[in-house]
Amino acid sequence: MRRIYLDYAATTPLAKEVLEAMKPYFYKIFGNASSLHKFGREAKEALENSREFIKKKACANEHELIFTSGGTESNNFAIKGIAFANRKKGKHIITTKIEHDCILNACKWLEENGFKVSYLSVDKEGFVDLGELERTIRKDTILVSIIHGNNEIGTIQDLKEIGKICMKKGVYFHTDACQSFMKEKIDFDYVDLVTVNAHKIYGPKGVGGLFIRKDVKIDPILHGGGHEFSLRSGTENIAGIIGFAKAVEIMKEMDIENMKKTRDMIIKGALEIENTKLNGPKGEKRLCNNANISFIGVEGEAIVLRLDEKGIAVSTGSACSSRSLEPSHVLLALGLKPEEISSAIRFSTGKETKKEEIEYVVKTLKEVVKDLRKISLLK
Amino acid sequence: MYSKKVMQYFLHPKNVGEIKNPSGVGEVGNIVCGDVMKLYIKVKSDIIKDIKFKTLGCAAAIATSSIITEIAKNKKIEDALKISKEEIIKSLGGLPPVKIHCSVLAVDALKEAIYDYLKKSKREIPIDLKKNHERIEKEKKIIEKMYGKIKR
Repeated sequence: MRRIYLDYAATTPLAKEVLEAMKPYFYKIFGNASSLHKFGREAKEALENSREFIKKKACANEHELIFTSGGTESNNFAIKGIAFANRKKGKHIITTKIEHDCILNACKWLEENGFKVSYLSVDKEGFVDLGELERTIRKDTILVSIIHGNNEIGTIQDLKEIGKICMKKGVYFHTDACQSFMKEKIDFDYVDLVTVNAHKIYGPKGVGGLFIRKDVKIDPILHGGGHEFSLRSGTENIAGIIGFAKAVEIMKEMDIENMKKTRDMIIKGALEIENTKLNGPKGEKRLCNNANISFIGVEGEAIVLRLDEKGIAVSTGSACSSRSLEPSHVLLALGLKPEEISSAIRFSTGKETKKEEIEYVVKTLKEVVKDLRKISLLK
Repeated sequence: MYSKKVMQYFLHPKNVGEIKNPSGVGEVGNIVCGDVMKLYIKVKSDIIKDIKFKTLGCAAAIATSSIITEIAKNKKIEDALKISKEEIIKSLGGLPPVKIHCSVLAVDALKEAIYDYLKKSKREIPIDLKKNHERIEKEKKIIEKMYGKIKR
């Protein structure tokens, strides 16, 4: 059976070039980067070269890059590390209602431990209100954390304008850029901390990083042998880091263009179906590979499973999957109606997604929605 | 994940649709996730001769709707009332824990259809069935508050 993957926002396959680059670091250059001997020194060199390469590619000149195990760790590190290092200045943190669960749950944990957190609302398209942000910053605010490109609805926030407000008010600004890194421009001049990871850009799982501006006061959350400038202990995952750097290296402008082109095709095709709605931003401020659409009158999970049966992989990221019943907090924050939330599907395209594949997906989607609406009570 | 049987019934549901001039109709909403199920029965000599459903919901909701129509078809009213959620779950080869409520929804829809049939034909309604109906009515009000009025 034909199989089409349209869930690249969940994860991407490893690029062949990345795998080839990583291979020697599993068995040939396998040393511990902390060791004094040649094996160790070779590993250390590979580590530092990768770090410098990624920093340069990202145009992060005033930041250090701390390698971590991925986006979740980087986000936890940023939130908890800033909170603990700056708690004498204040115990107030600002974030939004549309963050990834790892930010929200890290904040919740801080709330249980004496910190105060404000959750900014967003407009219908998922944008943060800059005025509300400015008004929410208090004397005891230490950190603002706002996701760059939203993983569910694709909204891209204006890092520059948010950063200006944070600078003016003297609070740290962190952004979770897991979905946007290497896809959208990240203005490092205006952001103090940036979370990135490898497996969304054809790199390996289990590797990520946190860019930290050099003057930022932050505590580690993993204590140990003092690796990564004493900010993240644990023997470095050299093969993974090499893979991360390679993934950054091979990302091309034409890959982004292909994601955009196929994304727009899926949006156009899906909206041809009656009673559908595009969620998230209408214009260009949308992640290059994200489409989120509600198919009123059917449930998202039913669409995902019917498409899966036809070899097509998409995601609900929303209500009523076989594992969870919680409606998506992101779609709730947009103020969508219950039937729009429960019928939402996320399609995310990749660098090798083909026009013919999208044509097949749209055709199948039309059949599936039609068939499910026959079963459904809502017309 | 779902059992093979659930997937089979979800992908190829039986008895989908409506019945013209039904003997009874049961409509229930799910307080947990907003699913809606409508069940139609045609009764002759106290036997469910035909039964059809329409459901807005997840795979489990569609599968449970479908299988209960198969189990109830050609059953006597009094026997159909004995169909339990356990029987539904068992005949589907199990349901994920978070989806157990879908089987309750199907059982309720059938009970409501029978309640409607008995009421329409001015027959005596068993006390359990009456209580069940009152509970469902109460839940419908809560659902309307949470999800808005059900639109058709």
